[in-house]
Amino acid sequence: MTRSDGPFAAGVFRLCRALCRVVIPGLPLLALALPVTPAQAAGDPAGASQAQALHVLNRLAFGPAPGDLAHVEKIGVQAYIEEQLHPERLPLPPGLARRLAALQTLEMTPSALIADYGPPPPGPDGKRDIAALKAQRQRSRIILDQAVAARLLRAVESPRQLQEVMVDFWYNHFNVYAHKGLDHLWIGAYEAEAIRPHALGHFRDLLEATARHPAMLFYLDNWQNTAPDSPGARGRFKGINENYAREVMELHTLGVNGGYSQADVIALAHIMTGWGLAPRRAAAAGQPMFRFYPRRHDEGTQSFLGHDMEGQGVAEGEAALDLLARAPATAHHIAFELAQYFVADQPPAALVDRLASRFLATDGDIRAVLETLFRSPEFWAGAAMNSKFKTPYRFVVSAVRASGLPLDNVRPLAGTLYQLGEPLYGCQTPDGYKNTAQAWLDAGAMTQRLSFATRLGAGRLPLDRAIAPDGTPEAPAPEAMVRPEPLSVAALQATLGGMIAPATLQVAADEPLPLRAGLILGAPEFMRY
Amino acid sequence: MAIDRRRFLQTAGSAAGLSLLPIGRSGFAASLGAQGPSGAPAPRLVVIFLRGAVDGLNVVAPYGERAYYDYRPTIAVPKPGTEDGLVDLDGHFGLHPALSPLTPLWQAKSLAFVHASGSPDPTRSHFDAQFYMESGTPGIKTTPDGWMNRLLASLPGPHRPTEGVSFGATTPRIFTGAAAVASVPQGRNATRPEATDRPLVSSAFARLYDGNDAMSRAYREGQAARGKLMTDLAADMTQADNGAPLPDSFVTDSARLAQLFTKDAGVRLAFIAFGGVDTHVEQGGARGRLASRLAPLGQGLANLAAGLGPAWRDTIVLVISEFGRTARENGNAGTDHGHGNALWVMGGPVAGGKVYGAWPGLESQALYQNRDLAVTTDFRSIVATVLERHFRLSDTALERIFPAAPARGQGVDSLVRA
Repeated sequence: MTRSDGPFAAGVFRLCRALCRVVIPGLPLLALALPVTPAQAAGDPAGASQAQALHVLNRLAFGPAPGDLAHVEKIGVQAYIEEQLHPERLPLPPGLARRLAALQTLEMTPSALIADYGPPPPGPDGKRDIAALKAQRQRSRIILDQAVAARLLRAVESPRQLQEVMVDFWYNHFNVYAHKGLDHLWIGAYEAEAIRPHALGHFRDLLEATARHPAMLFYLDNWQNTAPDSPGARGRFKGINENYAREVMELHTLGVNGGYSQADVIALAHIMTGWGLAPRRAAAAGQPMFRFYPRRHDEGTQSFLGHDMEGQGVAEGEAALDLLARAPATAHHIAFELAQYFVADQPPAALVDRLASRFLATDGDIRAVLETLFRSPEFWAGAAMNSKFKTPYRFVVSAVRASGLPLDNVRPLAGTLYQLGEPLYGCQTPDGYKNTAQAWLDAGAMTQRLSFATRLGAGRLPLDRAIAPDGTPEAPAPEAMVRPEPLSVAALQATLGGMIAPATLQVAADEPLPLRAGLILGAPEFMRY
Repeated sequence: MAIDRRRFLQTAGSAAGLSLLPIGRSGFAASLGAQGPSGAPAPRLVVIFLRGAVDGLNVVAPYGERAYYDYRPTIAVPKPGTEDGLVDLDGHFGLHPALSPLTPLWQAKSLAFVHASGSPDPTRSHFDAQFYMESGTPGIKTTPDGWMNRLLASLPGPHRPTEGVSFGATTPRIFTGAAAVASVPQGRNATRPEATDRPLVSSAFARLYDGNDAMSRAYREGQAARGKLMTDLAADMTQADNGAPLPDSFVTDSARLAQLFTKDAGVRLAFIAFGGVDTHVEQGGARGRLASRLAPLGQGLANLAAGLGPAWRDTIVLVISEFGRTARENGNAGTDHGHGNALWVMGGPVAGGKVYGAWPGLESQALYQNRDLAVTTDFRSIVATVLERHFRLSDTALERIFPAAPARGQGVDSLVRA
């Protein structure tokens, strides 16, 4: 997390800057055509082949930014993988850290967020002031705006690319929708507190952090889940709500075919009774938003997945999460999703099995599972390379990274993601966005992608406009009103190396200057990774 | 010539929309009809998917049963004739008051429901159940395409790029498959021009996407459909909303759909998804959360019927949802995932004004697993019956669209007029 970053290592940053300026003439364009054997990959020859370097940049990062390719070719793919598996060792560039620090709602706890930005409480007559409610909605939009800005700034500019990739992966795995009720207050805090710190950590910690987070408690309704006839059962807290219990097994852990029954859903719902939200007044006094209510908890014994779970307060839920996190079905489910995300839409079964074994053997150590994945012959198979179709998010982020443009104003990117059907924090359903070609390869969306590439390539996206503290872009400086400057094709070529086919470069060369870079960023090979 | 005909249809459509409901019953509309390019009748189908499992027991509520009120002390909708009460349908069932814009269609007998219908698969997973309802193959996860795509492929050719239209940025599972489907963008900026509309840009990209791979085909299909769709949508929409914020996406979508249908006789199949009905907490009764989702849907559907003008005569609209919700309200004044539901069928050819289906009742022993409305009619037999009558499809085609489906027509064989 940004807020716990160590002191900045200026030397490394200077090195990155220096690499960014290197122009690599005449890169071999045939690199992609060369088969890469697992042996080569495992041997990690100093000076990796360009195809290997592009592969790790495509899969462990959101594609190459200026200088990345030279960096990986220099240190080798294995050293790059090692670097990315330990993001804490990579300092954030000061410019990025400064822009992130300006997004102050991301530093706030859920309690502070609801105290400062929450809806006004009803008046003495029990009625809500509609005008005040609207004003609050308007004022609290800054939270989502800042969460979107932070996510895109990091995805585009952070050197900790694998961490950003895993944030995308886990956010969708544990999806929360920003526009469900109070979740508009907590969406940024949810990612910052529950997802990001554990993106390369232990699965059990992720499960715990998401289960207790107010954003998830609200999204899947568990905050109201109450043992019927318990001493605390009254008002809106009258009885069982199955929503979280079902989705935590179906989506977060065991998987839909993971061997649980409707009776297990009901048992888990009883086990999770009383996991709720602190009252507004307590939050305003600085108490944590998560609160366990013993008086609403079912103290009876539940038969859950073949185990007798005794009603022992919050510990009963912890024991259930332990069971779920350590179940072989969960290991298999996570292994399948990781292999699908990093290797192929239809991942090889043998790889999934090995990843699941590693998951079980390391008690869900995500870094260890990824190590196994990045060493696997399946990851390095020629058929796997450039075989995935980019999600809208990956397409947009990779294009801006390749452009090397300074990013201050993320609104054009957020708007494009909306048009392409993948608004950030905007997936309404708990299954999150898919990452397969089946989900995204679409006739209408191709047109939108190419239009985005054309505008970006022609220098027509106002990405460099300064952002006011409320998240709105400031008026363009007079010098920004001059003719837009198209991206340099030579610079793009240097950044992307052999990723772009000679035929594409030829087509681009035939077209007018403002169109050339857009054709490269909209080329079929840039849609894949 | 084509433009003149379109203008004429448009004028006719708006006149009908202003002056009468039900449409499609007037002699004028009947004599004009809606015809395909060759002059033959052009049957059309709209499928609206309520993602998240809408509570069918509050959409079409069995107010005649005591159990309904026993099970739902805080969320049952009051009986017809009381304040905020149901709209009486047949003395036993009542329509949710938020859907009252549909009442004229019910009275005109062009709206029907098939209650206690759904998928035979028992899953209570939204995602599996939606997959099954869209693939048309309950219980089978390997089906590569959706039933609307197979239907599209079964319609007699020649195929046009806008024959099947899907609202939204991505192709839903129901429309996935070999036949090309056009996407209609959603939202207020949907009809603004794109860089790729410029011939210079599109011809340059056409050189990059000239292969026979999936991406190249998608690009070409997108370009082909876009030109047509934008011509039909652009001018009128900007006038219709006058730049004001649009109240709800479905109201916009249905207006756009009406426009496409009336302007482009080549559109035959359309799909729109609508979310926000997964009401686990505080779903409300006559008012509240579910009511606020149903209201724009009812209004949008009524607008669609009005906006289609004479084309309504040849249009059938199905409203489906992956499963129903628990018969009893849960501990938080909401409902959890259930089983049987009500499927909505409306349009000119529908023999409406009737709640179809074998009603199993709400007594405990009649409920599925003592918790949910049972399924007595397989959704496939309803849809297949509609397709058979509406598109005059052969048994072979129907078998391709719904492989290994149960026999058609059980209890719903009179749903579509001959």
